[in-house]
Amino acid sequence: MSEEFDQQFILSQQQCEFLAKTFHKFDPDENGVIELEDLAKVTQEILGNEIRSSELQAIRLKGEGCATEGYITFGDFTKIMREHMSSTTRWGGLKSKLQAFVGFDSIQDQLKEKALKRGFEFNLMVVGESGLGKSTMINTLFRGTVSRQSCIQHPEPLPPTVKINSVCHVIEEKSVNLKLSITDTPGFGDQINNLKSWEPILEYVNKQFEAYLNEEVSINRKKYIPDTRIHCCMYFIPPTGHCLRPLDIEFMKKLDKHVNIVPVIAKSDTLTIEERHAFKQRIRDDITHHKIRIYPSGYETDEEDEMVANAAIDKFLPFAIIGSDQLHQVNGKKILARKTKWGVIEVENPAHCEFVNLRNMLIKSRMLDLKETTDKVHYENYRRQRLHGPRDISDALSQPDN
Amino acid sequence: MEKILSGYVGFANLPNQVHRKAVKKGFEFSLMVVGASGLGKSTLINSLFLTDLYVDNGYHSPNQRLPKTTTTQCSAVHIIEGGVRLQLTLVDTPGFGELVDNTECWDPILKYIDSRYEEFLTSESRVNRQNNPDLRVHACLYFIAPNGHGLKQLDIDFMKQLHKKVNIVPIIAKADTFSPEECRAFKHKILQDINQHGIEIYNFPDYDFEDEEDARTNKKLKESIPFAVIGSNTVVEQNGKKVRGRSYPWGVVDIENDEHCDFNTLRNMLVRTHMQDLKDVTNNILYERYRIQKLSKMLNISDNQLSSRFTGEDFNGGNPMELLERERLDQEDKLSKMEEQMESVFQEKVREKLMKHREFQADLQRRKEAMMEAQEKERQELAERRRRYDEDRKVFEDEKLRSMIGTKSKKDTKKKP
Repeated sequence: MSEEFDQQFILSQQQCEFLAKTFHKFDPDENGVIELEDLAKVTQEILGNEIRSSELQAIRLKGEGCATEGYITFGDFTKIMREHMSSTTRWGGLKSKLQAFVGFDSIQDQLKEKALKRGFEFNLMVVGESGLGKSTMINTLFRGTVSRQSCIQHPEPLPPTVKINSVCHVIEEKSVNLKLSITDTPGFGDQINNLKSWEPILEYVNKQFEAYLNEEVSINRKKYIPDTRIHCCMYFIPPTGHCLRPLDIEFMKKLDKHVNIVPVIAKSDTLTIEERHAFKQRIRDDITHHKIRIYPSGYETDEEDEMVANAAIDKFLPFAIIGSDQLHQVNGKKILARKTKWGVIEVENPAHCEFVNLRNMLIKSRMLDLKETTDKVHYENYRRQRLHGPRDISDALSQPDN
Repeated sequence: MEKILSGYVGFANLPNQVHRKAVKKGFEFSLMVVGASGLGKSTLINSLFLTDLYVDNGYHSPNQRLPKTTTTQCSAVHIIEGGVRLQLTLVDTPGFGELVDNTECWDPILKYIDSRYEEFLTSESRVNRQNNPDLRVHACLYFIAPNGHGLKQLDIDFMKQLHKKVNIVPIIAKADTFSPEECRAFKHKILQDINQHGIEIYNFPDYDFEDEEDARTNKKLKESIPFAVIGSNTVVEQNGKKVRGRSYPWGVVDIENDEHCDFNTLRNMLVRTHMQDLKDVTNNILYERYRIQKLSKMLNISDNQLSSRFTGEDFNGGNPMELLERERLDQEDKLSKMEEQMESVFQEKVREKLMKHREFQADLQRRKEAMMEAQEKERQELAERRRRYDEDRKVFEDEKLRSMIGTKSKKDTKKKP
């Protein structure tokens, strides 16, 4: 690959000169070689602050690979630099200077326009026992009657097995159209014997992946493949105050490799603040102990700012939420709240519950990231297993993978 | 025909005598709590009796936590109030509904209740029945999770299995999840479910209250079933007062406030007004039911015969006491026969062993003799050989001497030419 790159891409004169100049700074005797330890320093100088620590590490490794007796020749150095240049746009000092304004920064607006015209899709799944406030939570999140319960005519009795139902809505805000699909799982955890109650859910998730894959590999495929893959699965934990139940652990272990799991503590107005902290700590211990991968901390990322943001979210996981779709008067304003005999619980008050954090994470900051993770991690996993060729997909998926 | 007395006799004092005797004897009450983990059972029990009956064991670390099946744990405590002693037995059921597969998780509970009835039945039928402690379960508090939709399948199945054996008092746990309207709706739904499935929960009897106020409170009590309770062991501040409750950022829940929850109602019902009634129902109705079933099985009476004779004394099959006597005699016969058998077997074995010993001894003796003989023979042989050796030696010496003399003479002859 690098040879082809060499043949196709010639370094411009300015780039060559810059490379040579910095190289010779560390090569005072003009031997044409620099010491291995200086490789990092040279790279730092050339690429400036834009280089990431992981990339620096990779370059160092490459240098160790092609060093002879602790020295790196200029040719090898150029090769290493070329490899780096072909994979990123972070060229630091190697960037060429423009002499006048060109106008390609309008690509941002072009992107936005295209995206707005197309609209966005988001598929959310809610899982939990009946009566934990899932429908209310959905209505609160999206400020409308979008949950399945609100859409059906009569309240139906609890089904004897787990059923999967989805409703689809398109909501609009500031000319951004969002196609929101909510998948509900009535009957989960409600029977006496709940073994294998996750199976229908897992099957559904895989079916969506399968549909997408089929569309992708078909010969005449659509311009935009309709994306029905589940982007996020909110798992509702009942507020027992003790620890995760066997059913919770079982479900999350089975599904964490196939979908982004966001656990939340439902109906958390039963817990006082101290109880809430203790409960969360125990849940976090359980999750670490069973090696369950939850969003976002279970997903590796290279970017520093993302890692910082993840750490900030991590402190709150799992979110303790309270849902309400009723407005009450508090201090002269109408806000979403629950009114009880001993006080009014404000949904959007961070001192009362963590609904705001959840909404920010889910909608404001991470919606696109959730979709990307689904596409790049979970879907890729599925695709890899599938294209390897095993007949029985459940067989392959039960094997451990990344 | 009521007769009017002309003077004061004094039997109006009877209730006082009963009272004194009862107080001296003390009271017993056995309470069972059933419900999934995390519904606040321990907290509620501690709140009800104002003692720390449950010690907080703390939580295990994740790798020590194993999901367990239902077990029954009994703990007894003796509390005294105003000179009245109460022996309170608490039966806890940890592990109920905790597994992923909860089929028949009520089995251990059923067995426990039956075993207590069994114990009581046998102690009643004993010859000497001085101190039979009454450990039968008088009330079972069933904790319903506050999900807002109604009874779960597990709840319905459990109650159907147990409603004929124990007084079930359904309770809505952690009722601070509900606003007042939600609570009312949930209670309504539960009562609907209960009626629909024909479950018999504990029915509060309507006493003839002299006081209208009492009658009203009783009516209110009946309307609050199932009780929506909140439990708390901690004392928090509310408006400068100290109350037992829970403190949230949005307000303080006072568990003794009737507007907040039904804790007071439950406590009054359970301890102050209906404790004796619970015991009476357990004794007169539920225990009798068990007893009839058990005894009829022993006498092999069919069900339709059973329904016509309620008391169990006029059976054609005979007085159960007689039957017990007969059984006892039978058993004793069997026992003595078994004893004889065992004796004879024992004797046999002893005899056998003795014989074997004797044989062994004889055998040993024979071997000893044989060995002695062999030894004798060897000795004789050795003596023989020795003799021969001596002879040979003598011959050899003689020869040697002769040859020496011979050479000497030869020498002599040689010397003399």
